Amino acid sequence: MGIVIVLGIIELVRRRKLNEEYSFLWLIIGVLLLMITFFPQLIYFISGFIGTELPINTLFFTGIIFLMLLGLFFSLKISILSNRVKKLSQKIAILEFELKKNKEAEKQN
Amino acid sequence: MTNRYGKKFLVLIPAFNEEERISEVISECRKYLSNETDLLIINDGSSDGTLAVCQREGINVINTPFNQGVGNALQTGFRYAIENNYDFLINIDADGQHDPNDLPKFIDKLNEGKVDIVIGSRFLENSKYDGSKIRIIGIKFFSKLVSLLIREKITDVTSGYRGMNRAALNFTIVDTFNFDYPDADFLLTLHRAGFRFCEIPVTMRKRYGGKSQHRGLKPLYYIFKMLLSIFIILLRKKHR
Repeated sequence: MGIVIVLGIIELVRRRKLNEEYSFLWLIIGVLLLMITFFPQLIYFISGFIGTELPINTLFFTGIIFLMLLGLFFSLKISILSNRVKKLSQKIAILEFELKKNKEAEKQN
Repeated sequence: MTNRYGKKFLVLIPAFNEEERISEVISECRKYLSNETDLLIINDGSSDGTLAVCQREGINVINTPFNQGVGNALQTGFRYAIENNYDFLINIDADGQHDPNDLPKFIDKLNEGKVDIVIGSRFLENSKYDGSKIRIIGIKFFSKLVSLLIREKITDVTSGYRGMNRAALNFTIVDTFNFDYPDADFLLTLHRAGFRFCEIPVTMRKRYGGKSQHRGLKPLYYIFKMLLSIFIILLRKKHR
């Protein structure tokens, strides 16, 4: 699973379908999955550390936390992009209006 | 165009699907303004004949590329006013609720220069308002809340009938100035930035035609969003 994710992400970045900026997060997920696959004792160690009885619960718990953080990161990005789209749409609307007015003034002259 | 005070005034009408009423609002504005101010419509991505009606009326219209809500439509107009060196801007609704007969009162009050923002209130003496009871309760609740927070009496924070000077307009066009509904949170932000308010009595009529922005589950969202927005504003530092 980890190998598929890591290779898939690299391929998406190579094809320029995914920006490096966003690939970074997914690569971390892929590498973590790879580490757990090759070193399963890691999940037992974390379980002991956080006090969960079953290692699978540790996987679910860390997975949910990671997805929540990912969701927050994307909300942040969407907010920034929304502000930019808003400003662009306002500027375009005003420029279009002024262009039309200038054209009409030129016609009259 | 400059008016009798030698100042540039812009009357801004944000419109979304208001083909039934916009023509009447335009002619009423023209009647009471007697060529003292410029008139501008922001057509916020209407899917009906709003644009065609405005063009037939021969009025200046800025078309936003898609519908983004009243807050964004207003900000487009504010940006245009700043870029074109207007001294004052008055915004009025396109649905006919605001009586353009009150426009000269805004012009006189703004021109006095004692305040930065003039709010048209439907709850002052000599005001007239014919709205639903639930709506009145909501408006009074937010007005009392804002009055308490700013320690100044405001009777109608949700009024969209407002006038602003250039300093206030300049403050509202920065990228981070975001308001879906520029009501209580909008005024609170401006007050914390040191802008001065006053209210004048206006007549608000019942809505006729078109669709209100407060319908379905939207009032619930509005209350939640407004309370959250007010809370966040109080956490921010005061600055201009």
